[in-house]
Amino acid sequence: MVLWGFITLNLVGDSSWVSQSFGVLISGVLLWDVLFRGQLGFSLCFLEELWSRNLGHLFVSPLRPHEWLIAMMTMSLVRTLIGIIPACLLAIVFYGWNVFSIGFPLVGFFACLLVTGWWMGLIITALILLLGLGAESLAWLIVFLFAPISAIYYPVDVLPTALQWLAYALPPAHVFEGMRSVLFGHGMAWGHLLAAIGLNIAYLALGGAVFLVSFHTARRQGALLQQGE
Amino acid sequence: MLQGMDAKTPPPSAAPAVRVRDLTKTFGPVRAVDAVSFTIARGQTVGLLGGNGAGKTTTISILLGLLLPTSGQVEVLGIDMLRQRFAALGRMNFSSPYVELPHRLTVRENLTIYAHLYGIARVADRVAELIEDLDLAAVAGRMSGKLSAGQKTRVALAKSLINRPEVLLLDEPTASLDPDTADWIRTYLERYSAAEGATVLLASHNMAEVERMCDDVLMMRRGRIVDQGPPAALIERYGRTTLEEVFLDIARHGAAA
Repeated sequence: MVLWGFITLNLVGDSSWVSQSFGVLISGVLLWDVLFRGQLGFSLCFLEELWSRNLGHLFVSPLRPHEWLIAMMTMSLVRTLIGIIPACLLAIVFYGWNVFSIGFPLVGFFACLLVTGWWMGLIITALILLLGLGAESLAWLIVFLFAPISAIYYPVDVLPTALQWLAYALPPAHVFEGMRSVLFGHGMAWGHLLAAIGLNIAYLALGGAVFLVSFHTARRQGALLQQGE
Repeated sequence: MLQGMDAKTPPPSAAPAVRVRDLTKTFGPVRAVDAVSFTIARGQTVGLLGGNGAGKTTTISILLGLLLPTSGQVEVLGIDMLRQRFAALGRMNFSSPYVELPHRLTVRENLTIYAHLYGIARVADRVAELIEDLDLAAVAGRMSGKLSAGQKTRVALAKSLINRPEVLLLDEPTASLDPDTADWIRTYLERYSAAEGATVLLASHNMAEVERMCDDVLMMRRGRIVDQGPPAALIERYGRTTLEEVFLDIARHGAAA
């Protein structure tokens, strides 16, 4: 409801959006799916280990935590590509909209949103390690909490001022602003792309630190063997 | 295959397989493990006995690096598990009925993944060898989550032997198995240990199993080791006829003076 409220506000106030809205909305949907699938792909890899009570076996093997994280990121990339490429092709077939027409900047947008999914997944994984499967619903919900301030379907300036600050403190808003800049023919917004990259690096480092603290705490509390029971 | 292996004996100068000093683990006010010390020589099979909550699983978890102790020292194969556990983890392994393998992967896929994780050289050969040794050919293509308890135990055992561990930690390896399957597992473990010169630490509630398999027994009660020795010596010391009677004596009255 919040999302569609902001979309309506934007369409009412800007007629140029109406003429371009189709491509912008379809591209927004597809790129948002990258973030959603990236985060879920990462978190599900971890949850599948929990559901099958496999963490104990994993962590008595010589597998190091950072190797495990790289494996989950790789699986997230694979799952995202499997999910998103057919959707992009279907958008061409059914709607005549080719998201690949964004060109080279699409690679940057894709990478930024995927990395955002990874650090969100890291934080969710850390919380589940600490709190157990009771925190599982975070894996399904957290992305949607970010949706209204990610400026997927409308520009950041539609948001109230306080939320604009919050939106620009997160990488997705910069990605979607960059996407609209390209689609409206204003060229690549390098400032937004660099901001998204910088923020992702900072949040990925934060996510990694939170995960390591959580992993250490889980080893201190005995949670690695108990999880999933 | 086990039958074809030559028995391995450790070099005389080698560090003990396991050395634990003043190991303590507290969870809030509860001392789950309380100043425990013991040493296991290479090639020995040692039983860890005690009632529920005695501290057996906690001790094994610390030995595996899954759990951090509150204080104390743990060495496996001469390697400090608190500082360098990754140097030891490739040379040890474990099995427990409370930990499972990914349900949606087949038995062969699970064994293959763990063979890669342990850096096994000829993965397909090793997996095929274990499938044959542990009589898993009929279920090798079946999803691990669809197996019976006995089959799961054999698969878990296959996984725990994938790297030919020098130290094998087993938490209730025959729990909830029928007598025939349990006996089969025990026989297999005895053959493996003899053939590979492996050290086995076995936590169990099955006294007959421990009496049969173990060179030495550590009796735990309320987080402490209250007695230890070869099964026959313990039985004699307590004036009993079975290890189960010794266990009940200790559980009800504490250790002999």
